[in-house]
Amino acid sequence: MKPGIALILAVSMTAATVAYAAEPQEERQMTMKQIGGAMGSLAKMAKGEAEYDADAARQAFTTISESIETFGQQFPEGSETGFETEAHPDIWTNRDDFDARVAKLKADAAAAADSVGDDASDLGAKLGMVGQNCASCHETYRLKNS
Amino acid sequence: MRRIIGSLIVMAVVAAVILWFLSAPQPLPQSAFDGLSDPDTERGRQVFLAGGCTSCHAAPGAEGDDKLILSGGLAIESDFGVFHAPNISSDPNAGIGGWSFADFANAMKAGVGADGEHLYPSFPYTSYTRMTMADLNDLFAYMQTLPASSEASPGHDLPFPFNIRRGLGLWKMLYLNDAPAVDLAGADEQVARGQYLVEGPGHCGECHTPRNMIGGPKRAAWLSGAPNPDGPGVIPNITPDGGVSSWSAADIAYYLESGFTPDFDSVGGSMVAVQKNFAELPASDREAVAAYLKAIPGHPNGY
Repeated sequence: MKPGIALILAVSMTAATVAYAAEPQEERQMTMKQIGGAMGSLAKMAKGEAEYDADAARQAFTTISESIETFGQQFPEGSETGFETEAHPDIWTNRDDFDARVAKLKADAAAAADSVGDDASDLGAKLGMVGQNCASCHETYRLKNS
Repeated sequence: MRRIIGSLIVMAVVAAVILWFLSAPQPLPQSAFDGLSDPDTERGRQVFLAGGCTSCHAAPGAEGDDKLILSGGLAIESDFGVFHAPNISSDPNAGIGGWSFADFANAMKAGVGADGEHLYPSFPYTSYTRMTMADLNDLFAYMQTLPASSEASPGHDLPFPFNIRRGLGLWKMLYLNDAPAVDLAGADEQVARGQYLVEGPGHCGECHTPRNMIGGPKRAAWLSGAPNPDGPGVIPNITPDGGVSSWSAADIAYYLESGFTPDFDSVGGSMVAVQKNFAELPASDREAVAAYLKAIPGHPNGY
């Protein structure tokens, strides 16, 4: 009986894992939300709506750089549709260009984190440098569906 | 029996003659050109940005200053066939460098080309018809300062019956008029400026308003969103009942300036080029567009 119980346990645990693991579509939406959150906190400081904090700015740029690290892997074959994805089908046909854009955001955000200043004077420029990656990639690879 | 057939033929001929006359291209009256002052090319550049001319008329993929070479070439794959944006650079042969201002104004406001032919409304004269002659005068002068390109215009690729230009005369009777798209009588100066920018040069309604079966805009669903006219996906509902319902006017203006939504999602798709242009306009123009979008009636999603 013991192997039988073990098998049932194994099967049910696998099923539970599958049921609770986020779909790639949800994972990448989560990644984008994390980056949006970091951009938002930086923009508040750049606009003077929040007090400038160099450590927080460095942390926010690092969050962007680290979050985007695995983003390219969150678009496996089979995740082209569903879960309200706004991914453009061209991602799967222009994979090299897509991956290069992901890598560029990572590099730009890391460079911004490494050069955060003592005051807010160049935060706007850094934010612009990192933020232009958002629009340039979404111009080609994001489809609005609502 | 013979008499019935005979009168049917006569009626058909009469109808054909009437339709032929009704569908004739109608250029602007001479009086439209009265009282124009010398053009101001710097103001013309602002009009050019508001109109987003480069989105369709620059070579696809052009970056930086190359965007100012209006060689055309963008293919718009619509439900009616494939339209190709023509060369409107200052080249006298391939572009519109040989046009008079009257030719230009007729194209923009009456949808009539330099040879007196109907233009297809893929070129959004249905919006530009609301532009002032002064703005058009400045715009034309500015465009003539831009580089020439000898690239030949590819022409459109349309199936029957859409390849018959004369038929556009009837379409224009239904959909070409310079009345405001929404009635905002008594609106303040800022909202009025926003209305002009959105409904005229900005031609926002061309993508954000749904169309009927023959491509006419559904004015009763103005700016309520539509299927993407050029591929998969949708163009969002930007009325107060759309996804922007929770945005403040300041949020809308900030989006047009920075490309970021209130929750720091970013601009995407064909709106990227529009937003970059609006970022170069005076802040007062972005605020005017925001005020207008807050003032118009809300509608459920048009897609």
